[in-house]
Amino acid sequence: MSHNQPKQGFAQRLDQLTPQLLILPTVLIILFLAIYPLLLSAYLSLSRFKLISGGFELKFVGIRNFKKLFSGSQQYHFLGTMGDILFWEWLIVAFLAVGFGYWIVRYLRSAKVSVIGSVGRAITVAVLLALTLLAFSVLNGTGYPGSLMVTLFYVFTGVAIQFFIALGLALLCAQKIRGKHFFRMAFFIPIMVTPVGIAYAFRMLMDMSQGPFSPIWSAFGLAEFSWAADAWLARWVVLIGDSWQWIPFLFMVLLAAIENQPKEQVEAAQLDGAGSWRVFKDITFPAIAPVAATAVLIRLIEAFKIIDLPNILTNGGPGIATESMTLHSFIAWRTQDLGGSAAVGYSLLFVAVVVCVSFFNFIGQRTVAKGAN
Amino acid sequence: MRLLKHVPKFNLSKIAGGVAAACAVTLALGANTALAKKFDGVTVNVMTFTGPQIAEPLQRHAPEFKALTGATVNIITVPFSDLYTKLLTDFATGTNSVDAAVFAPQWVVDYADPGYLQDISAQVAADKALEESDISPFFRSFSTQYQGKTYLLTLDGDFHMIYYRTDVLKEAGLAPPKTWDEYLSVAKAVNGKDMNGDGKADYGSCISKKRNAQAYWAVMSIAGGYLQGQGTSQGAFFDTKDMKPLVNNDAFAAALNIYKETSNYAPADEINLDVGDTRGLFTAGRCALTIDWGDVGTLAIDPSSSKVIDKVGASMLPGSTKILNRETGKLEECTATSCPHAVDGVNRAPYAAFGGWSGGINAAADDKVKQAAYEYFSFVSQPAQSNKDVTIGATGFNPYRLSQFGNINGWLEAGMSKAAAENYLGAIKDSLNSPNMMLDLRIPKNQNYQQVVLDTALARFLASEIDVHQTMAAIEEGWNELNEDLGKEEQLKLYKATLGL
Repeated sequence: MSHNQPKQGFAQRLDQLTPQLLILPTVLIILFLAIYPLLLSAYLSLSRFKLISGGFELKFVGIRNFKKLFSGSQQYHFLGTMGDILFWEWLIVAFLAVGFGYWIVRYLRSAKVSVIGSVGRAITVAVLLALTLLAFSVLNGTGYPGSLMVTLFYVFTGVAIQFFIALGLALLCAQKIRGKHFFRMAFFIPIMVTPVGIAYAFRMLMDMSQGPFSPIWSAFGLAEFSWAADAWLARWVVLIGDSWQWIPFLFMVLLAAIENQPKEQVEAAQLDGAGSWRVFKDITFPAIAPVAATAVLIRLIEAFKIIDLPNILTNGGPGIATESMTLHSFIAWRTQDLGGSAAVGYSLLFVAVVVCVSFFNFIGQRTVAKGAN
Repeated sequence: MRLLKHVPKFNLSKIAGGVAAACAVTLALGANTALAKKFDGVTVNVMTFTGPQIAEPLQRHAPEFKALTGATVNIITVPFSDLYTKLLTDFATGTNSVDAAVFAPQWVVDYADPGYLQDISAQVAADKALEESDISPFFRSFSTQYQGKTYLLTLDGDFHMIYYRTDVLKEAGLAPPKTWDEYLSVAKAVNGKDMNGDGKADYGSCISKKRNAQAYWAVMSIAGGYLQGQGTSQGAFFDTKDMKPLVNNDAFAAALNIYKETSNYAPADEINLDVGDTRGLFTAGRCALTIDWGDVGTLAIDPSSSKVIDKVGASMLPGSTKILNRETGKLEECTATSCPHAVDGVNRAPYAAFGGWSGGINAAADDKVKQAAYEYFSFVSQPAQSNKDVTIGATGFNPYRLSQFGNINGWLEAGMSKAAAENYLGAIKDSLNSPNMMLDLRIPKNQNYQQVVLDTALARFLASEIDVHQTMAAIEEGWNELNEDLGKEEQLKLYKATLGL
């Protein structure tokens, strides 16, 4: 009996280890493909890269690359050119600070308070207040936005516009209208086109003097007008291109959610005389909210990475007006400033994580919970 | 007999013919083997920018070179903004997918110093077909040599000049501008006139101002006359005493203001126009003035695209009656001491912008490939090819050989009138022979100084993100930062060396 024990022990241990052994290859691949580059680029962001004969040299420079972005020679590029913050802007910031403070105090007094929750809320509040101050400083006409604020413009304005248009289209296509299958297909096509193709197509479409709409522009006396020379117009054109590409994604998800809402509730409400708006507000929207929140979260993550459109459509210009953070990072990489490029990349990662995690925790989860109720 | 009926008949004459043909093929193959070409089976990958200029003649000459030598030359093109980095990365990481390249001779310092480029001094010296002595001494040295060794072969000669519409100026009773103030006056006076008879208002000036393109040289072309008065060796980028950038002073401010004011008489989207776009506009008859390299002169005689044949004049870059006092940073009236090369009180500093596309060979390539690459560049540069290429606008190659300046027949054959040819070649010769010629920057990482720092600041300035003073401060800060990173003393030493000090 006793000499059989080690054999059983080994078999038992093997049994116990089997799940880990089976998972190990996947974990190693993930570590190699995701974690290793992440750590390497973290080190790169703290280094200066230099090509030398036969290879390259990485010199550790501490936080110099980040310092350049936040307070050095690249501040204008990343944060923007700071202007004055007006009195009423300070008031808004103060109002927000009080509101956020109340929100945190209420959380700290609640029963579900935790260390992670507290730290997360503190980071969210700090980042939101800092971004609000920055927005006032660079957008009120006295300063000039850098790639961070331009990216946030693409993310928040773009996703909001895309969501509402997609929702409208989805509600229309959910109606019993003739040719709705055609419309569904037509609306879905843009997402299948490569972003580079979309950028080139928009560049052609938006050419005021030689594009297909040039006769129309000429008729309005706009043939000699260049949207690409105006910072905000150029940003809006990029946003239109981005929206054209991404509305179909939100449209398809929202349409599926609308079509899967409980029909009985809608019919019962209609029988009781509820109008379209009431049905939408009280039945449809709560029903699709969890799906909508998830779709918006996916879209937010994707929106932070916008590069193709500003790169091809406007070349980041006029000046640096349409440069997103990803394009900023790419331009730094192209000029061999790999450390600077990685620093921009990590800053983007930080902002994107804070925004998306905050959205998920404070909006997404509540929406899901309400939807479930 | 019946059996014989099924035996095929042999036709002796056909058999004899077949044998003769077989012998002929065998002999031909034998002869072919005997005439096996020097570089049969050798492939040379040459990288340059997208063009179509520069890439066009390289692609056109590749099959001719193959017919002569058997070498296959692949021309790989990348956008201009990526060319420097692509080459450096390829060489430095040991990828070596590029055997040779045609690029800005300014960059030779970054490629030759670490040993990426092949020293071709001996080959050039022994290459009679190249006729090196026929290449203008300036292009022979500046565009090919670094620290006494030859690394590049000249394929192009570059100077910034101004071009003007002779008919438009004549009609307006205006003379070609000699100062930048006159340039603005002329542009303003003719702006809005119909210059090509299409009934539409045209432009006083068209200058390429696109970011990440070949535009950033223009501002230095304007600044040169304000910054450099003592001759070529004075330099216009840094103070040779202490490497202080000469970009934050009244002279550079004047240049920036002129640069921006030209946009008032230009197409609305001028800030998005690359040199190809402004050339297209000029040859379509839509612009009265432009700043460009020699390409416009030859593009203007292309009957397939030009509406300004024999209506184009060229001139050395305009200048200024004021010059920078480097001690005070202020502009002062030119005197015989401060502007010894001024003519009629106007100090002009023709800018050898870019220097002319040149070919270099990867030192890490196989010996046979290196030899084929050298012979290919030599072939393209030889008078038989280059004397014709420089007269064709689409090539992007501009005159750089003495014979190209001296022999006017090639230009007449290309379609240029005698007067136009003399004017065009005269403007280049004037620039080339000027004792106050302004050299382009050729210190380590010059691409970062110009294509990154200067280019970005200019783009922001043109987009009105920043004013003149902020622009100058941004360029100065960026250049000082690079000086510190790369070693100020070392950079100063190398800068002075490029000026012959």
